[in-house]
Amino acid sequence: MADKIATREAYGNALAEFGAKYNDIVVLDADLAEATKTCVFKKKFPERFFDCGIAENNMFGVAAGLAASGKIPFASTFAMFAAGRSFDQVRNSIGYPHLNVKICATHGGVSVGEDGATHQCCEDMALMRTIPGMVVMNPSDAVEARCAVEAAIQHDGPVYIRFGRLPVSVINDNEDYKFEIGKGVKLCDGTDVTIIANGLMVEQALIAREMLREDGISASVVNMHTIKPIDKELIIAEAQQTGAIVTTEEHNIIGGLGGAVAEVVAEVCPVPVVRHGVPDQFGKSGAGKDLLEYFNLNAKGIVEKVKIALSLKKMR
Amino acid sequence: MNNDKVLELKKIATDIRLGAIEAVYNGKSGHPGGALSASDILACLYFSELRINPKKPKDPKRDRFVLSKGHSCPALYAAMALRGYFDIKELKNFRHLGSLTQGHPDMKTMKGIDMSAGSLGQGFSAACGMALAAKLNGDDYRTYAMIGDGESQEGQVWEATMFAAHYKLDNLCLIVDNNGLQIDGRVKDVMNVMPYPSKFRAFGWNVISIDGHNIEEILNAFEEAKTVKGKPTVIVAKTVKGKGVSFMENQASWHGKAPNEVQYNQAKAELEKYKSEL
Repeated sequence: MADKIATREAYGNALAEFGAKYNDIVVLDADLAEATKTCVFKKKFPERFFDCGIAENNMFGVAAGLAASGKIPFASTFAMFAAGRSFDQVRNSIGYPHLNVKICATHGGVSVGEDGATHQCCEDMALMRTIPGMVVMNPSDAVEARCAVEAAIQHDGPVYIRFGRLPVSVINDNEDYKFEIGKGVKLCDGTDVTIIANGLMVEQALIAREMLREDGISASVVNMHTIKPIDKELIIAEAQQTGAIVTTEEHNIIGGLGGAVAEVVAEVCPVPVVRHGVPDQFGKSGAGKDLLEYFNLNAKGIVEKVKIALSLKKMR
Repeated sequence: MNNDKVLELKKIATDIRLGAIEAVYNGKSGHPGGALSASDILACLYFSELRINPKKPKDPKRDRFVLSKGHSCPALYAAMALRGYFDIKELKNFRHLGSLTQGHPDMKTMKGIDMSAGSLGQGFSAACGMALAAKLNGDDYRTYAMIGDGESQEGQVWEATMFAAHYKLDNLCLIVDNNGLQIDGRVKDVMNVMPYPSKFRAFGWNVISIDGHNIEEILNAFEEAKTVKGKPTVIVAKTVKGKGVSFMENQASWHGKAPNEVQYNQAKAELEKYKSEL
């Protein structure tokens, strides 16, 4: 397996790579270029990089104006400030006029670590998902992060992409891998339960599958990198095939991947859906990897939820 | 200054006021006060200053105008209709379901609106982005934005003020419709943000203070703004909220309500009389 690399790192590299091909790309940051990795683009294309200072609301407005004038602006800051602080600006200046702004937020979830709860955004996917016309993605590794950036450039309209701080394993570096906005990637087939994951939980879902196999449980694993538009077809097919679903994400269990999947299942093909993620509480300081363990955001945590899902399935 | 031109613009400004009153009356809601205070400036923008063509509302080389104080759109719609963007009859559908004339400007619904706006403080930032895009593309179009004085209580206004000066957006011209009133009363009583000129100067802007109802002063300010290089210009326009309708002038209560039939007829009569005496 290749060395671990953070998806934010892949984001910065992708910006620099595609910046050469697409002259209309303009990158904005709010005093976090070293952390969000937009600094990689800045170094290569300083004339197309604009630091907006610690003023995120204005940054998203400027991005809207650039997009209204034909540019492809990428605006980056931490997920907390992009989706949280600037929700109104993203909704009204970008979402409502359906402008071609790419909101690329890094430092999503509790794996932000030491900075603590004020900087650990576990609500961003839910918030962004409520904005009509917004594409919402959370890539699982560096390969997928690069693909998400390319797809965002080619998509005409507002896009929100969440990237992580922690280095994560590369899991998609195979020839079969294809990325399409709104299409989940089925990684493994199974018969008893389907694990639907995104972000850094995809790797844990694959480990959980191996653990379950030792217990004689056969699990499908789906990488749902896009939660809006959600891949209804795939979710329905999985619900029909395995009859039990566990969702896993580094996000509040309210409103994110778990919410999106549960909505589809409840409306179309009711089967048990058990949500695994950050419980409805704030994070705290600690090393990112320790926090993932603290919140049980690991393969063991997924296996526990699978057991619950299977008992619910049996009761039906 | 050409006297005929000034007279013509005064007439147009009065027609804009009549259109705004028509819209708010028929919409049975809306914001007449700030629409009337902004009408002379809008007349000068749409009938003299802006390099625009209503037949090519998406021309990449056009000048941009963002009404950041989006609630004053009854006057914007009237100006655009008079300029030929859409049928003036549409003003009567203001705020009605399915109308082109949304309660706040919507660039998706109406061609010629350069930016959807209404959540205060946001349009100004978008205007900064448009001006920046012109610099990046080497385009010579200019970007204009209008904010209200109440609006400038939003922190985002000062974020944008910093940004425009920092990136030397001399192709950006901001207009403050300084009518001194907001919903809850006088701006200086609700939350004093004045004085504007020294604040903008401190941020590195070129500041021009004018009477926002004096056509010559408005036109001269736009001319001066174009000659200033290396920094953005703000025109602080002292205006009267509700200007042109006696019972609405300087009344905060007319910020956001529609006239009844009697009031509508009186407003119309006053404006028509004024126009006939020009």
